[in-house]
Amino acid sequence: MIKIVNIGMNHETAPVALRECLAQEPSNTGRALAAMRELACIKEGLFLSTCNRVEAILTTEEASEAKRSVIALLCRIGDVREETLSSTLFVFEDMDAVRHIFRVASSLDSMVVGEPQILGQIKDAYYEATKEKTSGVILNRLMHRAFHVAKRVRTETGVSDAAVSVSYAAVELAKKIFHDLQGKRVLLVGAGEMAELAARHLLRQGVGSIRVANRTFHRAVQMAKIFQGSPVSYGEIGAQLLEVDIVISSTASPEYVITHEQVKGSLRKRRNRPLFFIDIAVPRDVEPGVNDLDNVYVYDIDDLKGVIQINVAQRQAEAVKAERIVEEEVIQFEKWLKTLEVVPTIISLKDKAESIRQVELRRSLTGLADLTPSQVEMIERLTLSITEKIINDPILVLKGKADRPTRDMYLDVARRLFKLDEDDEEEHGHGPP
Amino acid sequence: MDVLLFRLVLVLILLATGGFIVYMIKQDKSVYKWAYRLLFAGFLCHTLFIAQQYYILGVAPVLTMKAALSFFSWTIVGVYLIFHLKFRLMVLGSFIAPLAACLMIISSTIPGADVQIKPIFRSVWLTVHVGTIFVGNGLFAMTFVAAIMYLIQESQIKKKRLGSLYSRLPSLESLDSINYYALMYGFPFLTIGMITGAIYAHYALGSYWQWDPKEVWSLITWLFYAALLHERLAVGWRGRRAAIMAIVAFLILIFTFVGASLWLSDYHSFRSLGGQAGG
Repeated sequence: MIKIVNIGMNHETAPVALRECLAQEPSNTGRALAAMRELACIKEGLFLSTCNRVEAILTTEEASEAKRSVIALLCRIGDVREETLSSTLFVFEDMDAVRHIFRVASSLDSMVVGEPQILGQIKDAYYEATKEKTSGVILNRLMHRAFHVAKRVRTETGVSDAAVSVSYAAVELAKKIFHDLQGKRVLLVGAGEMAELAARHLLRQGVGSIRVANRTFHRAVQMAKIFQGSPVSYGEIGAQLLEVDIVISSTASPEYVITHEQVKGSLRKRRNRPLFFIDIAVPRDVEPGVNDLDNVYVYDIDDLKGVIQINVAQRQAEAVKAERIVEEEVIQFEKWLKTLEVVPTIISLKDKAESIRQVELRRSLTGLADLTPSQVEMIERLTLSITEKIINDPILVLKGKADRPTRDMYLDVARRLFKLDEDDEEEHGHGPP
Repeated sequence: MDVLLFRLVLVLILLATGGFIVYMIKQDKSVYKWAYRLLFAGFLCHTLFIAQQYYILGVAPVLTMKAALSFFSWTIVGVYLIFHLKFRLMVLGSFIAPLAACLMIISSTIPGADVQIKPIFRSVWLTVHVGTIFVGNGLFAMTFVAAIMYLIQESQIKKKRLGSLYSRLPSLESLDSINYYALMYGFPFLTIGMITGAIYAHYALGSYWQWDPKEVWSLITWLFYAALLHERLAVGWRGRRAAIMAIVAFLILIFTFVGASLWLSDYHSFRSLGGQAGG
């Protein structure tokens, strides 16, 4: 019996360092797919790797063996030991796996719920799988349904309407100020996880360059290396204000690092180009009065939280709707999958009827040599419709039982009544499924 | 025929405006597409209407308040359609269309009057004078609308109250650049319009400049826009201050257009231009 299995890790189960190991190389997906294709226990496979998640989706008839080999494969790709990896992995089977994939595609499982990139990433992953020819009937259907679910969630709910993380909200604000972040210059003052995250978000939006200032210059050099930016000394901040467009500040300084005077003095030389301060530090780094200056916008951590608070509440209500859509679609998919399980029996039933018809037809036609071609055709049509009519009702019953608990019993009875399994053995030479 | 065409233009613009407003609220792109098509159709009909009027009168149809308002509305929609090609800001239509519709409604309530075309009106200088001034006006209407949108959006971001308009309005940068481009192109048109007007006056009235109230107010308007452009180019004004200035300048322009023409002016008034009843 075919199982859908989903093994992976995401931002909740694994720390970023580990995810990075697995997601680093863009060629990993191809390698993983090729390896999965080699494994006999895996029928179909798909490999998804983004900065927040690494997942393998596969169909198999030997679930436990497939799981073991995929975990081994992940270890090989990430060059990590199995003990460190296995505690961070989640494994879903069958409808849980389907539900998980639907939720991932609709961005309900994302770090920033509703962020739009994930759908594109899944589409890419699926494209890779079709290119490597590792996806088959079930995965094709599964992925297309996943895209459909994502579309429904996006259009029927407001889940993806607004940003709900501080750094994401900051980027959204920056876009509302600058429109296009391409080529904009960013100054990072001080270090911190949230500042780094915001800088990463900005980089992904295509900002031109990042400069890093830190009280200890050595640390600035280190940070600059991470973002491929340039380090500047702490004393240079004033001069930098003339050039940069976005300042992310997160120092531990008890006083203001950027003062009203300083910014006011730079405005005319900047020719009033807008300046956006994202002040994530507590206590604050940017003097609040700076916000009163024309073309200067200051958002501190509370402001940003205020922005996302409205959005979070909005999204929670919307997420309930989205989960309902996912649930509906899981049920739909399950139905389809179950019809798939009665399909082999129906096919062998049809095959058997057809082979009987052919044998009998041949036998009779040899004794009726002087028939005209049109008469032969008539007899053929007659036999065809008789056999079709005879097996039609059993087939309908089987299809009707596809999602009932008594399905297996009916399948069993059908195979015995029509003696399908022995036929298989004689004619095609392989055992019962 | 021309009455029918005018009605058709009015209906199309009103429908488009309705569509743009629904789009603003519901954020449904298909509504927007229809509104845009309606507006475009309205513009084509309007062009036809104006061409026909021009053919009948032999001069740009701006001699009555009714005709001038309709002409103004036409240039505003025209400027919007051109700006749309560059900026592709869908929400802009939700602000421009009501303005154009407003002018058309006022124009439609003014009863039509018979215009006696004096021979001196049939001059290419007058057509160029009026045409360029109105294109300038259309562009300045664009700066006005963009400035209002800018101020709304800016105050939301500044005060950190991100309401429902926040997500619907475009970024500050795009609004400011619309404001800037409209000003950049509008100013030369206004300037050419005033120069050609002076040349026409020289031919028709014998002197370049007569201190007619409309001329004086036009000069004041021109000075305001010149100051704004100068501040933008030389000093680097932008954003809120430039937006406020654009609004003030446009209000002066409207006063020049309506007030000076109706009450103050001598030979620029619609009364003396021939539109007795409408004047």
